[in-house]
Amino acid sequence: MRKTLVFASRNTKEILRDVLTLFFGVLFPVVILLLLSAINASIPKEAEMNLFDIENLVPGIAVFGFSFMSLFSATLVSKDRCTSFILRLFTSPLKSSQYIVGYTLPLLPMAIVQSVLCYIVALVLGLEFSANIILAIVANIPAMVLFIALGLLCGTLFNDKAVGGVCGALLTNLTAWLSGTWFDLKLVGGAFEKIANLLPFTHAVNAGRYALSGEYSLILPELLWVSAYAICILIIAVLVFSIRMKQDK
Amino acid sequence: MIAIKTNNLTKKYKDKTVVSKLNMQIESGEFYALLGVNGAGKSTTIKMLSCLISATSGDAEVYSNSIVKNAETVKETISVSPQETSVAPNLSVRENLEFIAGVYGFSKNEAKEKAQKILEDFDMTDVASSRAKTLSGGYKRRLSIAMALISEPKVLFLDEPTLGLDVLARRELWKQIEKLKGKVTVILTTHYLEEAEALCDRIGIMAKGVLKAQGSAQELIALAQAESFEDAFVRIASDEVKI
Repeated sequence: MRKTLVFASRNTKEILRDVLTLFFGVLFPVVILLLLSAINASIPKEAEMNLFDIENLVPGIAVFGFSFMSLFSATLVSKDRCTSFILRLFTSPLKSSQYIVGYTLPLLPMAIVQSVLCYIVALVLGLEFSANIILAIVANIPAMVLFIALGLLCGTLFNDKAVGGVCGALLTNLTAWLSGTWFDLKLVGGAFEKIANLLPFTHAVNAGRYALSGEYSLILPELLWVSAYAICILIIAVLVFSIRMKQDK
Repeated sequence: MIAIKTNNLTKKYKDKTVVSKLNMQIESGEFYALLGVNGAGKSTTIKMLSCLISATSGDAEVYSNSIVKNAETVKETISVSPQETSVAPNLSVRENLEFIAGVYGFSKNEAKEKAQKILEDFDMTDVASSRAKTLSGGYKRRLSIAMALISEPKVLFLDEPTLGLDVLARRELWKQIEKLKGKVTVILTTHYLEEAEALCDRIGIMAKGVLKAQGSAQELIALAQAESFEDAFVRIASDEVKI
């Protein structure tokens, strides 16, 4: 375990010292939250548009923010893979599962910090304080793992230039469109809604919304959906990393 | 004591044989250079011996441990300084050293002590707090070798350790490498003939995946009936001399 923690510590330093990326990744969701809240304030009440009400908006933005964690993890892995630094590590006694855990551990606290920041800003914007906020953050932990694992998978599959496109553009957009944060999926309906419901993003947002609104019995089914995806993607990431360990040499 | 012994070690990629039936023996504490032109099979040999890639056939023993059957044990006794500079860019010099020591299982205190010792041995105390990405090419290579040594390996593989360095930085690094004589078995690959001649006890000349000849620089000159080591290398590598 110590070897894994040593590797995780190195990864933490690498991420925290890339100030520009960190600043952008952690604060961008907050900026979006402020922007959409400002738009919401301009929508007349008669329109009965409540999607951007803060209690509906903040769980969605929190999940959207995790897509930046995917970008962080993907960039870290792909940068290591694209340099001979990984060759040095591959001759060390570290195993592929230790690499994946070592890459995941530092990002989890960052995702939690990002989520807490979103909810603090939401409180300033009028969200009512309750213990449900803590529950909503906890309910998002499987989603955090899922997004980090997605990043690890992308970082293992693509080079450092390609991950910018895949995680920075494609994944953030997929999360935005298919999570029900920006628009109600029922409004689009049809195949789009079915696909969105098959994917984990909207379930992650729903888990946060139900937690926040105190509809506790509805949280678990959503969490199971997200957790199943998180576990599968994490296992796939370890397997693909093991294969790549051999190929990259 | 024998540090490395290969037995018909072969690597093929599809139909292409990159290393063919390599048989060599390196004594403990010896400095051994693998010399050859591009595509000779030097780096592939090092990658097989350091368990980075598997051999297609044949085997090798590193301190009596098979690279095929006991790769994990072999990994604990070796260290590699790869061809390109391989350091964690956002970590300081000291942090890079402590990180590698930790990955090899040393405790936090041991890692700190070892890092301090190797910083002094490699004359790097003045840059200990500098981020690795800010170092000059020469210092990066020095750090790379120091990182490879901090795990106290019995065998150190140096893949093109001075590639791309200017003459002064190269000579400076040679001094650091020479300090290792007798303490660790070193196998280095290089394109620079004078580097192999200056640093190594024995030199193996590879061409097209085959070990053409090996011996001290003087023995190779005599073998090729050449006037200089460069002439000897050219004659042996280009098959002008039948061995």
